[in-house]
Amino acid sequence: MPVPAGGIAAAAWLLLALPALGATVLLVGGRRTNGWGHLLGCLTIVAAFGYGLALFLNSTGLPVAQRVQNLHLFSWIPVGNLQVDFGLRLDPLSLTFVLLITGVGGLIHIYSIGYMSHDRDRRKFFAYLNLFVASMLLLVLANGFVTLYLGWEGVGLASYLLIGWYQDRPSAATAAKKAFLMNRVGDVGLAIAIFILYTHLHTTQFTEVFALAHTLSPATLTAVAMLLLLGACGKSGQFPLQAWLPDAMEGPTPVSALIHAATMVTAGVYLVARSHPIYDLTANGRLLVTIIGTITLLIGCVIGCAYDDIKKVLAYSTVSQIGYMMLAVGLGPVGYALGIAHLLSHGFFKAGLFLGAGSVMHAMDDETDMRRFGGLLRRMPITAVTFGLGYLAIIGFPGLSGYFTKGAIIDAAFGQPGWRGWAFGIAAVVGAGLTAFYMTRLVIMTFFGDARWKKLRNNEGKDYHPHESSPVMTIPMVILAIGSIGAGAYFIIGDRLANWLSPSLGALAPTGHSPLSGTTLTVLDLVVIALGVLAAILVVGRRPVPVVRPEPVSWPVRAARADLYGNALNEALIARPGTWLDRALVFTDNKGVDGMVNGLAALFGGGSGRLRRLQTGFVRSYALSMLGGAVLLVAALLMVRFS
Amino acid sequence: MTPTYYLLLSALLFTLGAVGVLVRRNAIVVFMCVELMLNAVNLTLVTFARINGSLSGQVMAFFVMVVAAAEVVIGLAIIMAIFRTRRSSSVDDSNLLKY
Amino acid sequence: MTTSGFPILLALLLLPLVGGIVVAFLKRDDRLAKWVALGFALAELVLAVVSLAFYHASGARIQLAGSATWIASFGVHLSFGVDGIALVMLVMIALLVPIVIGASWAEKLPEGRSAAGFFALVLVLESLVIAVFAATDVFLFYVLFEIMLIPMYFLIGGYGGSRRQYAAVKFFLYSFLGGLLMLASAIGCWAYAQSVTGTGTFDWATLSTVVSHAPLSTQIWIFLGFFFAFAIKAPLIPFHTWLPDATAEAPVGVGVILVGVLDKVGVFGFLRYNLPLTPHASKVLAPLLLVLAVAGVLYGSMLAAGQSDMKRIVAYVSVAHFGFIALGVFAFTQQSQVGAVTYMVNHSLSTGMLLIVIGMIAARGRSFAVDDYGGMAKITPLLAGMMFLAGLTTLSLPGTNSFVSEFLVLLGAYPNDPVYSILAAVGMVLAALYVLWLYQRVMQGPLRGNALVSVAGGPGAMRDPATSAGNAIRDLTGRERWVLAPMVVLIVVLGVYPKPLLDIVGPSVQATLSAVSVQGGN
Repeated sequence: MPVPAGGIAAAAWLLLALPALGATVLLVGGRRTNGWGHLLGCLTIVAAFGYGLALFLNSTGLPVAQRVQNLHLFSWIPVGNLQVDFGLRLDPLSLTFVLLITGVGGLIHIYSIGYMSHDRDRRKFFAYLNLFVASMLLLVLANGFVTLYLGWEGVGLASYLLIGWYQDRPSAATAAKKAFLMNRVGDVGLAIAIFILYTHLHTTQFTEVFALAHTLSPATLTAVAMLLLLGACGKSGQFPLQAWLPDAMEGPTPVSALIHAATMVTAGVYLVARSHPIYDLTANGRLLVTIIGTITLLIGCVIGCAYDDIKKVLAYSTVSQIGYMMLAVGLGPVGYALGIAHLLSHGFFKAGLFLGAGSVMHAMDDETDMRRFGGLLRRMPITAVTFGLGYLAIIGFPGLSGYFTKGAIIDAAFGQPGWRGWAFGIAAVVGAGLTAFYMTRLVIMTFFGDARWKKLRNNEGKDYHPHESSPVMTIPMVILAIGSIGAGAYFIIGDRLANWLSPSLGALAPTGHSPLSGTTLTVLDLVVIALGVLAAILVVGRRPVPVVRPEPVSWPVRAARADLYGNALNEALIARPGTWLDRALVFTDNKGVDGMVNGLAALFGGGSGRLRRLQTGFVRSYALSMLGGAVLLVAALLMVRFS
Repeated sequence: MTPTYYLLLSALLFTLGAVGVLVRRNAIVVFMCVELMLNAVNLTLVTFARINGSLSGQVMAFFVMVVAAAEVVIGLAIIMAIFRTRRSSSVDDSNLLKY
Repeated sequence: MTTSGFPILLALLLLPLVGGIVVAFLKRDDRLAKWVALGFALAELVLAVVSLAFYHASGARIQLAGSATWIASFGVHLSFGVDGIALVMLVMIALLVPIVIGASWAEKLPEGRSAAGFFALVLVLESLVIAVFAATDVFLFYVLFEIMLIPMYFLIGGYGGSRRQYAAVKFFLYSFLGGLLMLASAIGCWAYAQSVTGTGTFDWATLSTVVSHAPLSTQIWIFLGFFFAFAIKAPLIPFHTWLPDATAEAPVGVGVILVGVLDKVGVFGFLRYNLPLTPHASKVLAPLLLVLAVAGVLYGSMLAAGQSDMKRIVAYVSVAHFGFIALGVFAFTQQSQVGAVTYMVNHSLSTGMLLIVIGMIAARGRSFAVDDYGGMAKITPLLAGMMFLAGLTTLSLPGTNSFVSEFLVLLGAYPNDPVYSILAAVGMVLAALYVLWLYQRVMQGPLRGNALVSVAGGPGAMRDPATSAGNAIRDLTGRERWVLAPMVVLIVVLGVYPKPLLDIVGPSVQATLSAVSVQGGN
């Protein structure tokens, strides 16, 4: 049971207020804030980070029973027996996320000072970034589902604004719209889950819902779990709603790092972990989470192998890594903490990778096609080294972050009973191999081999002049690289993170009995990774890379290049029938519904036009009709009287 | 003499008037026929007053006469005005007031 | 019923009427007429806010009440009074009219029409609409319901676009037809009251205790008469086709009043007349209404996505939103009905703002066709931001006012009618689609479109904002900022802290609901 927040935590609303204030000042202030807007933007986040750190340290000093704190701010939507409070829940899980969001987010803010220095609207960009951080903090700090939903959609809004940053490009505008729409599909799922919880429990606050969750029927629990998963799929780019995430790379690269690597897309994992009292009670719901995670991780890996666009490869790598996290949290008490651990270490190395990619793009005049890169190691050593560390971390090189966090997930997957252990475990290992392949391919094509750009011209017809980025950009990359080295080991060894999170997620359950011993698994994992790296070296390292994408190619590559037909499927199943339906409805409304109204009017109009013709103007014909009428009347009277 | 004859006479007069209104074109003649119909009705009213021994029928007849007198004034004035502008007293020639 | 504070209600009723008459005599000086009109509208707003202080949410059902005999032989009274629902609508109207006057300040009127006439009609209309919401006599309500059409008819038919005559006549006939059916029901109520109590009356409070116990067949006939009037007014599909025409042809300010205020009479009527007078019939016929409501949500949203005229888009958005409101009313839960009532307020704000922003866009590009625009955000970033904000509240983003009401409607509808609630929730996705698509077509992408290019004197002049100092297309002027500012503030404040609004509305909704559940045999 949460205790009321006191002491330093009583002002935790500052965490939200600081970035929200930053966004408001920058948006309302307009051009007046151009000079110092970016500094204010960074300052609010750094201050929030500092405060978050203080809260975190404060919390570690508390007895375990008091680490889950509740801060009631005000009554938001009180109607009848529905009492939606606006409040914050400060517990190890939310504080961990606060540190991730403000920490990595702060670094990305600082990086953006350099990256966006040529943009006229830089302060607006920082306003949006602040808005994003505020929404994300609200999402993780919320103490009820409705408040979470507020942050949830706020994040969607901020991502819409940031993806569509270059809004005069139709592709960016379309990508932003697509992201928002697919998120909204997931949001509807989350909303309906809230309705179901309210219907049965008459509350939407976490504490009450979780305490009463066991009173729900199994069918209801499964329904809620599936709807929450739908929300998570939308926000986290999981199958079948994964198509928006790669398109979202239309935004500036810091946006990709902030939203689509470190924070926003992890919201789905957070939601499942946060709702663990519900998932604990429904094995079917958990199984579905695991299956979705497994499918997504494979889809992401396969497509990632085929792309030549550096940001899209990283985007699909995000899709697949989040698949790992979903897989982990779907395993239940065995995996919640592992999923969060991978999420955190992924936050470091993926942000580092994206910032590195941004640095490369900055150097290469916003070029993203890796076939035009090559041999950049010498020109941009800091970027290359930090990127390389992130790369080693993501493929699971022994000793780095990914090795520990991903390895733990693979162990836990194999520990599942029966066919599940084999299916999920093998999928996770295959995914690791594919990850090694496409990441190695990316690194080789970008930093090693021939400097293919020397023979090419950029969009404006000039030569490329790659150069190392300014310190304001490289320093965040260095810090993130350090994080990608050490974070994993720190979290996993001795179950440090799991123990810290236990007040929020329950104690870490021991991994089930695995058919393969721990050592065998580690060796298997490493061998598969090595094979992936080797394959990549053979494919792109040993042969010259053609600057133009080779065509035609075998069908697996074609399918992967077409996003495994995900977009085509959306197009055929939803977009095109929707357009037809829309046109049909517009036609029906104009010709059918309105046609009936106008038809009625025309009927009256036409009818009276005909009847008018009886008025001939001849007095004698009027007289005749009067006489006829009189005779008829008299006849009728007589008939009534004498019949 | 039974009152029925008076009623038959009035019916005859009314029919004559009605047929006249319907078949004649000259406005004056039509007008006269209308007067004929009115007076036929008057005759009926008076007859019924006599039959029923009540005065109200006769009073009604006086009303009709007064109205008819007023009508004659206005009607003739209209016919005169139309004749002056159109040089015709045929009712079929003035049919402007139509659809 | 408490009568204290009636003078302020009387003042609320009469002030705009007086203002309208005064303004009508200022034909010589348009400028003066505008300022006087604005002055009266602002004074009315102050009065409305003051009236809030006289209202006690937990007090009697009808407050600030007063009455005078009008036609004694039929038991018709000139009686007025407000409950929480009517009160928030009054305040909403009083708020919207000054904004509309500000937004119509530079309206280009058709040849030979004076601004004085326009603003006088707006003020008279305000007075009549307030009277409609405050009427507590069914016959009086009917009379005002019909009279209200007259200034609106002249506003559309006199000051509208090229097909204004058609639109005005269609609007009038449609509403008038519904009104006549309502008259039949009102007379039915009177006759039933006479047959039961011996004295016929049109008094709402009396009727709601008498007619509500009528047999089901009687109730259904009475329900249907009111229903058609309000369904046309609201409008529910399939009675909606007058709204797109009327909105598209009316001047923007009039469109705001039409969609934001006049249409609310329909939903208000459901809550004030259908449910308390014929609770049993309401219960029995609710499934039909729910189907119409949900169909309205989906159908309106789809059609909004398919329109090419910006004002028609707003009209269809309104049809969809009225679907949500009707869903809330006929789901019969405290949450859903409070949601429906607050939706009425929030819809006025959000759709009103969207329409006003569209008017500002059209004032620059001289066209309402979506295809005539593109990439406008580049030259008018503030206007684009305002349109985006209006769009966000239209699609009910959490944190804006509409979210609270839409959420309450759907959440309240779920326990009893989960299927309808889920189907209507699909409307949330469609809302995102039509709003963002509209925004994308008008504001995003490269600069294009006949309207912008022709006004700016060729595409070359437009491309570089830095050199377009003498450009005809400017960002928001000071007046326009003042018009939009109060709406922006309210949208955010009511989204984050809606409690005051919910508290005023809550008890009245509770009373309506208990009438339905006690007398509706449930």
